[in-house]
Amino acid sequence: MSNSQADYFQLFALPEQYAIDAKLLEANFRKIQSTSHPDRFVNAPASEKLASMQLATLSNEAYGTLKNAAKRAKYLLERRGIDAVADTNTALPMDFLIQQMEWREQLDDAKQAKDIESLERFYVQLRAEAKSMEAQLTELFDVKKDIAAALALTRELVFIDKVCADIQQAIEYLD
Amino acid sequence: MALLQISEPGMSAAPHQHKLAVGIDLGTTNSLVATVRSAMSTVLQDGHGHALLPSVVRYAPDGSVVVGHEAQAQQSNDPTNTVSSVKRFMGRSINDITDRAHIPYRFVSASNEQHSKTLQIETRAGLKSPVEISAEILKSLKVRAEKSLGGELVGAVITVPAYFDDAQRQATKDAARLAGINVLRLLNEPTAAAVAYGLDNASEGNFVIYDLGGGTFDVSILHLSKGVFEVLATNGDSALGGDDFDHRIYCWVLDKVRESNKEFAPLTESDTRLLLTKSRQAKEWLTENFEAQILCRLSNGILVDVTLSADKFVEITQHLVIKTLSPTRKAMRDAHLSIEEINGVVLVGGATRMPHIRHAVEDYFQQEPLTNLDPDKVVALGAAIQANILAGNKNDDELLLLDVTPLSLGLETMGGLVEKVIHRNSTLPIARAQEFTTYKDGQTAMSIHVVQGERELVNDCRSLARFTLRGIPPMAAGAARIRVTFTVDADGLLSVSAREQSTGVEARIEVKPSYGLTEDEITTMLKASFSSAEDDKKARMLAEAKVSAGAIINSVNLALKTDGHLISAAEQEAIRDEIKRLETITQADDAHAINQAVEALNNATEAFAAARMNASVSSALSGKAINSLEM
Repeated sequence: MSNSQADYFQLFALPEQYAIDAKLLEANFRKIQSTSHPDRFVNAPASEKLASMQLATLSNEAYGTLKNAAKRAKYLLERRGIDAVADTNTALPMDFLIQQMEWREQLDDAKQAKDIESLERFYVQLRAEAKSMEAQLTELFDVKKDIAAALALTRELVFIDKVCADIQQAIEYLD
Repeated sequence: MALLQISEPGMSAAPHQHKLAVGIDLGTTNSLVATVRSAMSTVLQDGHGHALLPSVVRYAPDGSVVVGHEAQAQQSNDPTNTVSSVKRFMGRSINDITDRAHIPYRFVSASNEQHSKTLQIETRAGLKSPVEISAEILKSLKVRAEKSLGGELVGAVITVPAYFDDAQRQATKDAARLAGINVLRLLNEPTAAAVAYGLDNASEGNFVIYDLGGGTFDVSILHLSKGVFEVLATNGDSALGGDDFDHRIYCWVLDKVRESNKEFAPLTESDTRLLLTKSRQAKEWLTENFEAQILCRLSNGILVDVTLSADKFVEITQHLVIKTLSPTRKAMRDAHLSIEEINGVVLVGGATRMPHIRHAVEDYFQQEPLTNLDPDKVVALGAAIQANILAGNKNDDELLLLDVTPLSLGLETMGGLVEKVIHRNSTLPIARAQEFTTYKDGQTAMSIHVVQGERELVNDCRSLARFTLRGIPPMAAGAARIRVTFTVDADGLLSVSAREQSTGVEARIEVKPSYGLTEDEITTMLKASFSSAEDDKKARMLAEAKVSAGAIINSVNLALKTDGHLISAAEQEAIRDEIKRLETITQADDAHAINQAVEALNNATEAFAAARMNASVSSALSGKAINSLEM
């Protein structure tokens, strides 16, 4: 079972593009789970149980990937043979690098101050930032088909996701 | 293990016959069994009309094992041989039990080297593991159900706290196997409660299940929509429950007694048990009264007579209530929901009857919690609904439960750090692989340490298993590519495999976490518990092998008839050959040979089963062809 080979878009009967019909994705995910979930095969022969387990697992993985803005962008690049987070892809625009450092400092300061509220505000601010990147990514992937620019922006989005995860973790430790 | 399969006499002959399946809530304080009868989920009662079976097991002097009310009544008289709240010890080592001094049992670390971590309790009937003690409770419920339903059970859905880790889940499944129960599914308690509640009220939207039981706390956030129960996030504390409130009262009473009796000697085991029981009764009394009197005489003659006010009770236990709110906030953050987006909060577990719990939940969620289902029964009722569907009595395509893994799973890496492979709140079933490499030239083995938990350091997480992958071909450091795959099934149980990829040489190992019983131990225990003669066992195994052979032949024939076109004629022919072979072997009375042929037929139909699965999914998505999907 090598999931990286599978076509997640095809699995959900969706076009291979960045813009996604979230409602249809969710509806089709539920249809697939309704058909393939192991609960439907409790009394089935072992071979059918295995097939059920494999497809339910695949659709969970695929759903988690397509639903998430950063993972979906990474996956689209992966389909073109590009590893967005490979160590060789280190180039980030200077102003984003500066922005990154500022965010890191902001996170550290709030952590030092044990200020949950400011961490939560920071989180909301970053999510808004990420949201605006999604619109740009749709433009780059689906309209301009500018893969180089899409790659650069994907790397920024992945970074924001990472900072968001760190904020969540910091809140958790403080709470 | 064929020995454990409960044969279903009508299975192949009359497939539409109602199959007897139950839901079991194996609780810390009380356990219940429920079933669906005439489309209604009902809790089954014992001969005296009791629905709740106290989760208390006594090893009596005459060698018998007594479970329930009768055992509970003897708790103070025979504290070391009467075990209550055994669920707290499931999958636990002696070091996990921090309040040992206040528990009247004699704990022993299992001497068996294989799982030196597990604890056992010394009783007059010998050393008993929590798995064996829980199996006694399950056996008692099984007997109740079979008596009440008038037949052998096909299987049961057994509930576990959502926040149970892998070791605790494995221990629960082992207990069921030991009790001779076929486990259809381990179901998370809050999810079971949501099923009972959601179906009863035709609910749609986001619901919080706040489940404070006798010994465990769970909070789950679910999205309910058109019969799909999707768990968005779960959190909790598997060592926090109503017992802790009793314990606070107990400590308060002891302090009071010490104030007036300076020469107070340590309590005997009986006195500890007596005071704990009195504390529990006081807690229950305070749900509807302003004060509770605690009155009893200890074995040294000292009279205990103290009065606990409701205000004082709140004061000494408020920190426990606050302790439940941190997991609640975590679950809300993981679900990415705000308080305003919550459509309802359901209270589950007897401990949620305490008024200060209700107030705290209401304050946090800014809405009155829902309590229209009995908090003691709702979990068992939900489990019964799921059991009825899994047993195949109801072809209910409308109900689907999508649950998650409560805790992150990972591997130890250099420096005692944890590399997470599967993050908490991932929808089940899930499989994830991670690649590692060797760090020395010519390294032929690699040790793999599997842990569960959220912390960054291995020492702060629960260690589930250690194993060594051997037979790696000698290569330069960093050249080997070892792929470690974690799979968590729909029961929430983990299995791990590792494989060296670069050379195509396969060294593969499957591990089960080290807390459960080994396959051999279960077999030995089962053999000991079966009184039937060797011949009976053989006859039973043979009958079961024939039933399962018949079932698979039927099901494959049917599949070939409807979906044979999905595979080539040659593939169909190969499957038909295996069927013929199995049919011939079934004529002879050799259970082992039949089981082997069943397995061969299963293997021969794997590709066919996968093709059928893809076809049914694509037809569910309105006929889009996805047969080319590579799995």
